[in-house]
Order: sequence, then structure tokens, then C-alpha cells
Amino acid sequence: MSLLQVQNLVVEFPSRHGTLRALDQLSFEIAPGEILGVVGESGAGKSLTGAAIIGLLEPPGRIASGQILLEGERIDNLPPDQMRRIRGRRIGAIFQDPLTSLNPLYSIGRQLIETITTHLPLTHAQARQRAIELLQETGIPAAQERIDHYPHQFSGGMRQRVVIALALAAEPKLIVADEPTTALDVSIQAQIINLLKSVCKKHGAAVMLITHDMGVIAETCDRVAVMYAGRIAEIGPVRDVIHAAAHPYTQGLMRCIPDIEVERQNLHQIDGAMPRLNAIPPGCAFNPRCPQVFARCHQERPELMPAATTQAACWLNASPTSPARAAALPEAQP
Amino acid sequence: MKSTLFKWLDSDVGHSFRTSPAALFAAAIALVCGLAALFAPWVAPHNPFDLATLDLNNARLPPAWYPEGQWTFLLGTDDQGRDILSALIYGARISLFVGLISVLLSVLLGVTLGLLAGYLGGWVDALLMRLCDVMLSFPAILIALLIAGIGHTLFPNAHEALAFGVLIAAITLTGWVQYARTVRGSTLVERQKEYVQAARVIGVSSLAIMRRHVLPNVLGPVLVLATIQVATAIITEATLSFLGVGAPPTSPSLGTLIRIGNDYLFSGEWWITIFPGLVLVLIALSVNLLGDWLRDALNPRLR
Amino acid sequence: MSAQPAAAAPQAPPEAAPLIRAVDLARTFDVSAPWLNRVLERKPRQLLHAVDGVSFEIERGQTLALVGESGCGKSTVARLLVGLYQPSRGHFEFAGQDAHAAYRSRSGRAIRRHIQMIFQDPYASLNPRWRVADIVAEPLREHGLISERAALEARVGELLQSVGLSPLDRVKFPHQFSGGQRQRISIARALATQPEFLVCDEPTSALDVSVQAQVLNIMKDLQRQQGLTYLFISHNLAVVRHVSDHVGVMYLGRLVELAPKQALFAQPRHPYTRMLLEAIPKLHHTGHARTPVQGEVPNPLNPPTGCAFHPRCPAANRRCSSERPVLQSLDGVRVACHAVEEGRL
Repeated sequence: MSLLQVQNLVVEFPSRHGTLRALDQLSFEIAPGEILGVVGESGAGKSLTGAAIIGLLEPPGRIASGQILLEGERIDNLPPDQMRRIRGRRIGAIFQDPLTSLNPLYSIGRQLIETITTHLPLTHAQARQRAIELLQETGIPAAQERIDHYPHQFSGGMRQRVVIALALAAEPKLIVADEPTTALDVSIQAQIINLLKSVCKKHGAAVMLITHDMGVIAETCDRVAVMYAGRIAEIGPVRDVIHAAAHPYTQGLMRCIPDIEVERQNLHQIDGAMPRLNAIPPGCAFNPRCPQVFARCHQERPELMPAATTQAACWLNASPTSPARAAALPEAQP
Repeated sequence: MKSTLFKWLDSDVGHSFRTSPAALFAAAIALVCGLAALFAPWVAPHNPFDLATLDLNNARLPPAWYPEGQWTFLLGTDDQGRDILSALIYGARISLFVGLISVLLSVLLGVTLGLLAGYLGGWVDALLMRLCDVMLSFPAILIALLIAGIGHTLFPNAHEALAFGVLIAAITLTGWVQYARTVRGSTLVERQKEYVQAARVIGVSSLAIMRRHVLPNVLGPVLVLATIQVATAIITEATLSFLGVGAPPTSPSLGTLIRIGNDYLFSGEWWITIFPGLVLVLIALSVNLLGDWLRDALNPRLR
Repeated sequence: MSAQPAAAAPQAPPEAAPLIRAVDLARTFDVSAPWLNRVLERKPRQLLHAVDGVSFEIERGQTLALVGESGCGKSTVARLLVGLYQPSRGHFEFAGQDAHAAYRSRSGRAIRRHIQMIFQDPYASLNPRWRVADIVAEPLREHGLISERAALEARVGELLQSVGLSPLDRVKFPHQFSGGQRQRISIARALATQPEFLVCDEPTSALDVSVQAQVLNIMKDLQRQQGLTYLFISHNLAVVRHVSDHVGVMYLGRLVELAPKQALFAQPRHPYTRMLLEAIPKLHHTGHARTPVQGEVPNPLNPPTGCAFHPRCPAANRRCSSERPVLQSLDGVRVACHAVEEGRL
């Protein structure tokens, strides 16, 4: 059974000028223990997806429709105090900036112990022991002494390790990590990614890794979802999405990433820009920029449908024998 | 002009204005007071300062709805036969005039010094900030009294303009500090931003950068502060006038009127002091409400 | 008043001399606590050697990339070259003349026409209260190059077109543009005075990948068309591979390796360079388990003695902890490493 199921999630922002749809019929699943990457450019809605799952959507944003199921139970419509119990105990969170993720006024030990005792039935001494073990696991040297230190006494990379320890403190089944390595140096990034992977595998926690860095996704994730304008463009095993993408946006995206191993004269570029939330074109959101656009793309919005090895929301993959494709207008030049 | 007004009303700030009852109410009051004060000679039923029209027989008449009152003197008269309503209108005029001018001068002084302190840093900053600290450690009224006292001693035969000058100077010199501090803080932030560095790389001089680049970006909070400070300035002026060192008795402001009326409070002629007091409260309240609304409307996080 | 011709470059030296030459550039910041605190709490004076003796050359028309992690001083080097900081030591020459003397003097101020900068943050590098036309025209106005209004407008339109924007965009404000478009406006502003040398401080780090590709392509095209020389600061080695001709690797304020691009990527010599290249997440190594190097960049206020990298270096010996290595030439590559010099690596 899936650990997390998101079904037709719609997140809206009502404003004076009208309602903006930030996430539009999002559906995906995360299996227990798997690492799912969510990748996309700014404005695609990946951070919002994470926020909606944890239940930390900033008002006036709200879940307009759809369901989020954790181990079969709905969590999107829970009252705040019940959601608070789930957050931390069953879902852990890691955010981008290690500086602001930790309260500068309390020692890290106190923050860890507080999280542990809130969610697990342990005594203070047991919680402290567990906290020390967690710190050791995440690679903090001299954990026995450092547990009483304050966040400012740690470097950026160390702080992010503490944040990972904090996220794992109550043994959650799912961890939502929003750009956990973006604010870190390249060499520290490598360490933290490795740590996240190993520690989550060890504790059997699934990870939803949100980032814009495809390289990080390539090295860490089992599957990846590519988001565009509040929708999922493609989802599938990471190797297939990177090397054999079925959606033209994913194909374009992979080709414009400068590769350290291969040199090119000019980088491939996708002309234009992601549409703003209030200006999403009808049909497929990518149609103004797509090199393989045809008539149907302007009329009907494609749902995720099976392509070769992935699932892509693109009419190019509509089955040739399906009545849907047969009914489509003949291919016309844009 | 009209189209700009409509465009503004349609913007986020304008929308917030239209939907905020406090802002609309306050703006209405402020507008009425402002217009009445501006057009005082035409609006006021009498001219209370024209000695020829005063008649001591009309002295201390109660407001019109009392049996002894007369409808020509709607709110009653004071001890010299001056119509309270007209005195209020002229007095509001003086109060608003003094308030607005002193705030304007405070803003000019404070913003300039704040910009210099924030941008130049070093000893300039240290000096100016210590000056601010010193000025803030004295209560404003005391400083104003001091300056007013010095002024009156230096110019014992002060005629009106000088009295006003001293009054405005007193309020200005106590009010500039908050602008300097706010602008200094904003300047420190803006100075680090890349557009300022880009201007330096182009070769623009420091003064030009301060004037053309930094200044437009630090004025936001100043606007809110200035609006609220108009109320404070008016009250400070009223206090000084009440204490006798403010507006000259020949052009009484609201504060002077309150002082004059104070002597008669216990003999039962309450209207001489209460009405000026009410108007003062109304003006200060409406300006404060406007300032509060403006601060919330301009705050990007609350939008 | 008619438009003045674009400023001629200072007397061009013989072809062999590089356009930019930095010699032992250094910049130290005094980050001590205020005097009163120092006296009362007996704290020592603290100096931050942000840049500690950096020397390099850039030939006309080429791109030198400076890479390194946070605290390595590459941004400080950029700011030293454009005159935002004065060097504490050393100097740099632009076309044979001492640039900082020129920056300081009245007459030499014109050198600012030839050296311009592009910044990292597209949201903070344009004044939000100015229209695009004024932003792009500012260098022209400041140096008095064009004063007639129509000519100025025409030139602004020309510049906007050269970066792929429409001349009609000149009446808009920065907030009406996306990050990538704002960066293009910054480029247009930098090119207004027809500079020869452009310092680019992480110009695409804040942009999405697809937008980054657009901006990098524009920069490369402009370089080809106008013969520009770039100093390109970045922490992203993949981008550096794409844009540079030579690469300099910095660590804690010092240059540890300086090499032509091919040589650096094919055969990195310095242990830190190797570690950096190894650490980058690679698109084609899905599921690849790297062996990351331990340790973090030390506090720049308290750098290690001798070679700054020795606490993290697998090849460090006793000499490395006491003697600071010097940048030495080896097969057309310059490396500052005792192990390389001694043939141990």
C-alpha cells in the first residue's frame, strides 16, 4: 500500500483580482521507503506541494479540492491540533535554510528532546539518550558534549545535520525535504545528500525531496516528478526521466543543463518563460513553448498517461488506438 | 488628474482605503477640518480677531441650544465676546498650519541627516546617532519649552511671525530624530544592495547616489511617520500654547483657546474650553487613524 | 548637443600583453569588535584576509572563471577589480595602466567606461523605483557620452534589443520583469558604455536552469560579437565549463590552481580541485554513490597555518602545515601545492 497518496489536489489563492490556482489536479503516490524527487523551476509549485502535505499552507492559500492520504487516512481535512500530532510524528520536515530552521535561543539538545518527548512516550533521560544517538548517526562529532550547544555554535553543514536529526527524531514514515542542500557549499552538499539517503534508508522513512537541482535528484532519488505551472508534466524512474523523457518540457530541461562532462558550443534553451498563475494558457500549459505542439494541445488539457517507461502529461503519448486520439484534429503546424 | 485618482483607487492601497471604515471616516474628518481651516474667512460666521466687531455684552454666552444662547453664536462665546465656533475654525487653522510646517521641516532635517549617517557611516554616523540619543533622552516638551523660552528671551518684543518661528523651530527640533533613525536604518539596508553598488561601479558620486537612488527607496516609512507625527505636532503645539509659550494670544490656536477656557471651567462656562478640546481630539484622532491605515496598507506582508 | 564618439581605449599596448593583470592582490577587512568592547573584554584585533595574494592575467577576448566555495574570496576579487574596494596590497593593471590609481584620480575616472560589472541578484541589482530606460541610460548620462534625448532613447533601444528584449520595454519598471529578463537588463546597462572588460559575479546563480541557458547564450554571443573580456565568478563548475577559457580555483582567499579549461577538467592537479570536481552531483551518474571528502571550509578568521587546505587534504605532510605553498607553473598549469611540487600527486 502506498505511504502517501495525493489525489487531484487543487490549491488556490483567492485574491481581490480573482482566484489563482497554484496547484491544479495534482496526483501522485509515494511508496514506503522510496525517495521521490519533485523538481521544477520557480513558480512551478513544488514548495507549495510540500507545504500542502505538511499542512503549512500560508493563508489565504487553501486546499480547494482533492485528497491527501497518509497510510490510507485523509490528512488534508484535519483540524489543526490533530494535524500537529501528525506533523513530527508521522511526517518530518527539512527546510532550506538551516539558520532559521533552528531556534537560536534553545540548545539543540533541548529542541531535540522536546520533539522526542512530544511524540514518543519516553522519559527525559531516555529522550536525551536517543537524541545523542541521532546526533551521532547524523555525523555530529562529540555528540555527548555538543548536544548542549546552541545553533550558532555550529557551521551551516552541521546545522543541516542537526535539522535532519530533528526531522527523524520521532521516527516519521515520511520526510518532506524542501531544498535541503541549496544553501550549502558544493562539498557539504555531497555529504548531506549522502547522509539523507543513508539515514532515511536505515530508518525506513520515505523522502519527498523538493529541489530545482537535477544533479541532486539524479544521485539521490528513485523516482522523480517534474512539475510545470502547478501540474505534473512527467513522473517516473529517475534514470528514465533523465535519459528517455517523454514530455517535451522534460526533454528541453535536461538538454539545457550545462554538463560538466560534455562541452557544447551553445546551451540548448527553451524560449519563453513559465506562464504566471493568472495567465496559464488553455489546454496544455506548455503549449506556447513546445517544439512539438499540435492542435489538440491548445484545446484539451492532457492528464498523466503512460509513455514508454514513464508517465507524461502529453498528447504525443496518447495511444494511437484510443478513441481520444482518433477524435483529435489532424496534426497542424503551429 | 481624475484618471490618476481612479487608477490609485483601483490599486491595492486604494482598495484598502475604500474598504476600511476607519480610514474613510478619518479622511472625511480630516478633509472637513482641513477645508474649514483653509477657507476660514469664508466659512467662519464671525471674525473673532476683529476687535471692532466684538461686544462685551455678548461675553460668556452659552451654546445656542441653551435658553440663554443665541443662534448667531452657535457654540457660545468666550469672556471677550468672541464666537467660539469662529475661534475654533481660525484656531484649527493655526494648529494645522503649525503642525504641517513643523512636520515638513522635521522630515527635511531628519531625512537628510539620516541619509548622510546611513550612507557615509564612520564618524559621521557615530556623531549623528549620539546626537539623536541625546535628543531622545530629553522629553520633547521640555526641549520645546527650552527653545521657546530661549527664543522669547532673545526676542522679548517678539511679534507674531517670530513667535510662530520659535514655536515651529521648537517642534521641528524635537521631531526630526525619529525620521533620522528610520531613514538611517533603511539606508544601511539599501546601501548593501546591488543597484547601489552598480551605480558606484558606473562612477556616480556618493551624493548623487544618495539623492537619486537611495532616497526614493527609503521614503516609504517616512510617509507613515509623518502622518502620525502631524497629530503629535498639533498636540505639542497645543501643549506649548496652553503653557503660554506657543501661539501668541492675538492669533490663538486650539491650545491657547483651551488655556483661556480653562480658567472658566469651574465657573460653569464649560463650552469655552471643551469645544476646542473636542476639535483637537478629533483632528489628532483622524490623523492617527489615517497614519495607522497607511502603515498597514503599505506593509507588503499584510497585503 | 551631438553625441560624443565612444571613448577610445587607452593607448593599446603590444598584442602580447594581457588586458588584465592582477599582481599579488590582497584585501583585508578589520572585523574587530568596537574599541570599547575590545578594551573592556580584552578581545584581540581580528582581521579577515578575504583575499590573500592573488595573481592572474586575462587576455583580451577571453574568459577567466574564478570558482570556489563560500569564503574563498572570489566575490571580493570581483569587487577589487571594479574599484568597489581598494586593495590592501598589490595592484592590478588594465591595458598597462594601474587601475586603482585611475579609479581614484579625477581624470582616470574614465576607466570606468571600460570596466563594468554584472551582479548576482537580479532583484536587487536594479533600482525598483527607476524605469528601465533610466537604468540603462545611467552610465551614458554619467559619463556624458550621449546627451541628446532622441539619441539616448535610440541607444537604449539598441541595447535592449541586443539582449533580446524589446525597445518598448524601456518605459516599464523592474518588477514587471522576470528574473532572467532583469538580468538581461543588467547586462544591457553594463554594455551601455561599450566596455572592454566585464566582471560577472555569479550572474546566473539565482536563475532557473532554462533561463540560465538563455542568459549564458546571450553572454557568449555578445562576447563573440564585441570582443569582450570576462571575469566570471561562479560556484557552479558545470556552468564554468561552458563559459570559460581559463579557470582559477580559490580557497580561503588564495589561488590554488590556475589552468586552461581543458587541462583543469581533464587533469585536475590540486587536491581541492579534485575534491570539488568529485563532489558535484552529476546528471549521468544516477544512483552513483560518491565518496565525499570530510570536513568543511574552516573559519576564514582563523585560517590553518601553512597551506589552508591541509586539514582536509589526503596528501598533507608536515611541510603542508607550516609552509604556505606558492603558485608554480607546471606543464602550462599553475598549482600551489607541495605534494604536486614534490611529485607526490
